[in-house]
Amino acid sequence: MTNLSASPLLVAEGLSKFYGLRIGCRNVSFALQPGEVLAIVGESGSGKTTLLNLLSGQLPPDSGAVRYRMRDGETKNLLDLTEAERRFLARTDWGFVHQDASNGLRMGVSAGGNIGERLMGVGDRHYGRIRETARGWLERVEIDAARIDDKPTQFSGGMRQRLQIARNLVTHPRLVFMDEPTGGLDVSVQARLLDLIRGLVADLGLAVVLVTHDLSVARLLSHRILVMKDGHVIEAGLTDRVLDDPQEAYTQLLVSSVLAA
Amino acid sequence: MSRTAENYRGYNFAYLDEQTKRMIRRAILKAIAIPGYQVPFASREMPMPYGWGTGGVQVTAAILGPSDVLKVIDQGADDTTNAVSIRQFFEKTAGVETTTETGKATVIQTRHRIPEAKLQAHQVLVYQVPIPEPLRFLEPRETETRTLHALAEYGLMHVRLYEDIARHGHIAKTYAYPVLVADRYVMDPSPIPKFDNPKMHESAALQLFGAGREKRIYAIPPHTRVVSLDFEDHPFEATKFDQPCALCGATDSYLDEVITDDRGGRMFVCSDTHHCETRRAEGHVGPLGMPVTEAAE
Amino acid sequence: MYVAVKGGERAIANAHRLLEHERRGDRNVPEIGTGQIEQQLSLAVDRVMSEGSLHDRGLAALAIKQARGDLIEAIFLIRAYRTTLPRFGFSVPLDTAGMAIRRSISSTYKDLPGGQVLGPTFDYTHRLLDFALAAESEPAAPVTAPVDTEERFPRVTDLLAQDDLIERNPPGDPEKPVGDLTREPLAFPAERDLRLQNLARGDEGFLLALGYSTQRGYGRNHPFVGEIRMGEVEVEFEIPELGLIVSLGVVTLTECQMVNQFKGSLTEPAKFTRGYGLSFGHCERRAMSMSLVDRALRAGELGEERTSPAQDEEFVLSHSDNIQATGFVEHLKLPHYVDFQAELALLRQMRRELETRSITHPEAAE
Repeated sequence: MTNLSASPLLVAEGLSKFYGLRIGCRNVSFALQPGEVLAIVGESGSGKTTLLNLLSGQLPPDSGAVRYRMRDGETKNLLDLTEAERRFLARTDWGFVHQDASNGLRMGVSAGGNIGERLMGVGDRHYGRIRETARGWLERVEIDAARIDDKPTQFSGGMRQRLQIARNLVTHPRLVFMDEPTGGLDVSVQARLLDLIRGLVADLGLAVVLVTHDLSVARLLSHRILVMKDGHVIEAGLTDRVLDDPQEAYTQLLVSSVLAA
Repeated sequence: MSRTAENYRGYNFAYLDEQTKRMIRRAILKAIAIPGYQVPFASREMPMPYGWGTGGVQVTAAILGPSDVLKVIDQGADDTTNAVSIRQFFEKTAGVETTTETGKATVIQTRHRIPEAKLQAHQVLVYQVPIPEPLRFLEPRETETRTLHALAEYGLMHVRLYEDIARHGHIAKTYAYPVLVADRYVMDPSPIPKFDNPKMHESAALQLFGAGREKRIYAIPPHTRVVSLDFEDHPFEATKFDQPCALCGATDSYLDEVITDDRGGRMFVCSDTHHCETRRAEGHVGPLGMPVTEAAE
Repeated sequence: MYVAVKGGERAIANAHRLLEHERRGDRNVPEIGTGQIEQQLSLAVDRVMSEGSLHDRGLAALAIKQARGDLIEAIFLIRAYRTTLPRFGFSVPLDTAGMAIRRSISSTYKDLPGGQVLGPTFDYTHRLLDFALAAESEPAAPVTAPVDTEERFPRVTDLLAQDDLIERNPPGDPEKPVGDLTREPLAFPAERDLRLQNLARGDEGFLLALGYSTQRGYGRNHPFVGEIRMGEVEVEFEIPELGLIVSLGVVTLTECQMVNQFKGSLTEPAKFTRGYGLSFGHCERRAMSMSLVDRALRAGELGEERTSPAQDEEFVLSHSDNIQATGFVEHLKLPHYVDFQAELALLRQMRRELETRSITHPEAAE
């Protein structure tokens, strides 16, 4: 699945961000390959959300750079992109799945409109085609296509997350950022959503940066793990290795607390 | 300028001082240079309330010269109270000739309509605009809408049209129907009925839009492409009426519904009063009209 | 036979004539003079000058008379008149520390230099209708203390600033022109000079409600009245051609300096922050409200979370002006029959379509 021979899709180089004296995150570096799922784990306040925002260009770093290989093969520093380029990238080649679906969906717009927005944003002007595509995606994320004209407010929590995923994937992005995508959902709903995400990631060859505090989510979805504490990456490696044989005392504590639970 | 002194003591020609007019003309020139782009301007407080045409009045005041002939319409009619009031304002402050004849006017200030008669190259149509921002009701923040325009991010506008079709089977916007100007800026044409939208396209006349309260001026230069937003498989359609004007029999004009009694009786007549009068003077008679004679005046 | 509505011009002229008649009221009652308004309805005059952005008591009184006491209408008249006035330039910044004080109170210190001067205030009056006023009255002459007009009274915030306990006022940049939203359209984000100008001419009721909302938790900023002072300040104008500063006269001003919750960090010592309010005449309520809203609007600059209406610059500055607001609300009276016709036609079409659908596909119409 992970293609290590290809050049990386996204590279973080010495990323740091400070809030006054507080460290948001410090000197984080890694490379993400196409089709690779990277989990960033840690407890709340460890800096994982700051890192996610830095990677996705929503927050400028105090130092360091994020390089991304564009669709034309050229690798660019996100900071060098114009606002227009960055926004275009964010709504075509990237996806962003929020923990709270209301941050990632237009709650007052129908499911079909939510999925269609990106298509219309890149110039699709054929209503029938947009609708067909939206139907196809609803089915793909296991939502009854007959609900295409319903608003997300009429959907359950799990359905909203699935709709959010469909809305993001409709332009065939290569990279999706996920912030606690299963947070706040019932266990059975969570399991179904994780299955769906795992299937889509494999089918579409998506690269994913996944932020989660839930090690079981990380184990199920990710190839590699970064463990963060107080803004630092304290351990990194293949998911199975890190979870089965944690090296750092803090990671051991995290892993054991999950097992005990 | 001496003319003004007689007409409206103490005020400059067309009310505004020359410095203010120059400022407005600069904004107009910029607007013409960037068709459909909303140019901020330092709108002044006028002696009529905001929302009653202060933007249009300022634009008219800035472009009016002593030899201009002015026509003012509201809802297509020359004799509605607000049209009368604005016409009188310029009669008093500028002393210019006014007319109700579309063809005779060099400057036409309008609220909510475009005259039925095709406008000519020597004419300027000045629109009064309440809310210039076509994205305003999708996104209330000015900082955000300006970014969307700058980046030509108009997907959201189409989402709205998509929602209409999904819910009603067609786009449910009947006035202030958004247009794309010169293939670049999405523009609010002011609350004209969508019936009038095609008239903006490739018009020989200069079209200026003034929003006083919102402090914006924008323009469509002559012979500019103006396209109403739509979908390939749900193309824009101008409103059609299934009956002619009751007075003049016109089948190609925008009609107002007039309630004639309290038993549901109603008739449809041209909203463009000058158009209707002209046609009747030419001998056209609608189903409820009667031939015009000299005595009817 | 239908006859199109005509005669707009005559109707308007007659309506104006009737309006004039109503303004005069019963002609057996003596006509009110602008001098009476200026002297006896002086707080209305102050408000009209403040929100009209024009200091001229006589014109404000005339506007109130012409507007039949409708103050927003009077402000409107003043604003429209102001449009036609040429602009010569800016005055030298007013020195409120040099104010000839008629009222000065602080709620942060029991006593202050110059003392607590109550001045003419409604505070502590019992709001009982004084039926004696229904007839003509001759109130007692006021008790006055000798005043040293040369004495300067430092502002409370200046005293706090001496100990570095309150943020400094930003130094003025003489190179940078002062913003003027009546000459340049307001753009967002707006700097504080423009925000203050906007608030200074904003609707008193709007400012009051917003200020009140900050006290009730919608953007709390823990205010203390550092000082409210009211009195006369000299207005000076610099004539660069002559290298002279000339006095243009004095204006009465009310100034409110609010002292608000502090900011600080691990690196910066804690300091109180400021909110500022100023108005022509004696408009204490508006100066206080303005200072609360000014402070709320500084949330972004002071690194506070912006969650409440009073902290939302676009919301506040776009809706504070009562002339804009009243115009747009009242424009709904204008004919909208073209748009209404378009909506009516659409509504009928939609109803027809539903009927057709339910005939051809009864199940689809559910």
